[in-house]
Amino acid sequence: MPHDYVVIGTFVLVGIIFVMITISASNILSHQRPSEAKGRIYECGVEPIGSPWVQFHIGYYVYALLFVIFDIETVFLYPWAVVFSRMGIIVLLEMFIFVAVLLLGLAYAWKEGALKWR
Amino acid sequence: MSAVLAAILPVLAAVVLMLVNGVVLIYMLRKVLGHLHLRYGPLNVGPKGIVQTTADVLKLLSKEDVTPTGVDRWMYRLAPAVVFIPSLMAYAAIPFSENLRITALETGLLFTFAVLSLVALGIIMAGWGSANKWSLIGSMRAAAQTIAYEVPLLLSVLPVVMVVGSLDLAEIVQAQSGTWFGVIPKWFVFAQFPAFLIFLVAALAELNQTPFDMSEAESELVAGFATEYSSMKFGMLFLAEFSNSFIMSAIAVSVFFGGWSLPWVPDSVIAPIAPVIFVLKTYVVIFFLMWIRGTFPRVRIDQLMTLGWKWLIPISLGWIMLTGLVLKLGELGGAS
Repeated sequence: MPHDYVVIGTFVLVGIIFVMITISASNILSHQRPSEAKGRIYECGVEPIGSPWVQFHIGYYVYALLFVIFDIETVFLYPWAVVFSRMGIIVLLEMFIFVAVLLLGLAYAWKEGALKWR
Repeated sequence: MSAVLAAILPVLAAVVLMLVNGVVLIYMLRKVLGHLHLRYGPLNVGPKGIVQTTADVLKLLSKEDVTPTGVDRWMYRLAPAVVFIPSLMAYAAIPFSENLRITALETGLLFTFAVLSLVALGIIMAGWGSANKWSLIGSMRAAAQTIAYEVPLLLSVLPVVMVVGSLDLAEIVQAQSGTWFGVIPKWFVFAQFPAFLIFLVAALAELNQTPFDMSEAESELVAGFATEYSSMKFGMLFLAEFSNSFIMSAIAVSVFFGGWSLPWVPDSVIAPIAPVIFVLKTYVVIFFLMWIRGTFPRVRIDQLMTLGWKWLIPISLGWIMLTGLVLKLGELGGAS
C-alpha cells in the first residue's frame, strides 16, 4: 500500500497526462479550419465593444476580504471539532469566546453595510 | 514495478469511474429534466436514447477546437485542466465501502472540500482568459458564490465531525451504524437535520446548480465561463461539473445518510454489495438535485449573497455551538 500522498501525487500526474491525451486526440481527430468569423468573440452575434477585461463590481472585493476572515476561522474550527469529544468543557467555553468575537465582527460589517449588494 | 502499478491502478480506476459517471449523469439529467418538463428527453440513439451521451462525447472529440483570437492564451488553455484535475483528485477519499477506497486519508473530508474549492480557480481562469465580457461576469459570479458558500458548507459538516471526532469519511460512516429504538437508522440526517439543510443549500451553490446557477445563466450570459470553449476543452469543463455533483452527493451520503450501510440489514449481507449500495444512494441524492434543478427558478445575486452571509453563516455557527453544548451537557449528565 503506497503512502496516501504518493497516491494524491499520482492523481495529479495521471490527471495532467489524461488532459494532454484527450486534447491532442481531439486535435488529431478534428479538422482545423480557422477563419476570421470563427475567431471572433461570441457575444450573441453583436460586435464586441471595448476591452473584454472590464472593471467589475467593487462588491466582489469586499466579500473576498470577509471570506478570508471566515475561512481562516473555519480552519481553526476543524482541529477543534476533531478533538472536541476528548477534551473537557473548557474547550467549549474557549470556542464560544472565539466565535463570539467573530460574530461581533460580522455584526459590525453588517452594520457598516458591507453585506449589502449595491 | 508492482509498487508503481499499485499507485497508478486505483487512479486509473478513478478516471474510468469519472468518465462513466459523466456519461451516465448527463443522460440521467436529460431524461429526468425531460420528464419533469413533460417531454421525453433523448429517444432516438439506441433504445430509449441510452447511447445518446456516448455519441455526444464522440462528437465532441471530433469537433474543431476553435480558439478565438484575442484570448489570454495560457489562461485559456490551462483552465480546463485546472478545473478537471482537482475534480478527479476528489475521488481519492470517497469511501465506497469499508475497504474499497483509493486512499485511507485521515483527513478525507477536509481534503475533498479543499480540492473541490480549487475548481473555482479554474473557473476564474476560464472566464478571464476567454476575453469575453459575459464569460468574465459569469466567472466573477461563480467565484463570489463559491467563496460565499464555502464557509457555510465547511461549517455545516462540523457538528458531525464533533460527534464522531474524526475527519476520516469511513469512520464517519461507521459512526452511523445501528438504529434508535430499532426503527430509525442512526444517520446524521435525523440527529443533525439543520446541519443537513445548510449543507444542501451550500452544496447547491458550491456546485453552481439551480437555483444558484447565475454563473452560467443561459438566458443572460450565453453559457457563462464556458462560452468560448469548444471541442474537448468544453468537454473537460462539462465533465468536471458533473463529476463534482457526484462527489458532493457522495459526501452527503457518507456524512448524512450512513454511507454504504443499510438499516435493519445485518452486516454480513451488506458486506459484498456495499459499493453498490453507496453508489445507488449517491444517485438518489443526485436525482434529488436534478429534481430541484427542474423545479426552482433562479435567484438574484444579491439574494444569494444575503442568504449566504446573513443567514447560513450565523445559523451554522449557532448550530455548532448548540451541538457542542448538548454534547458537553450530555457528558456531564452521564458522568454524575
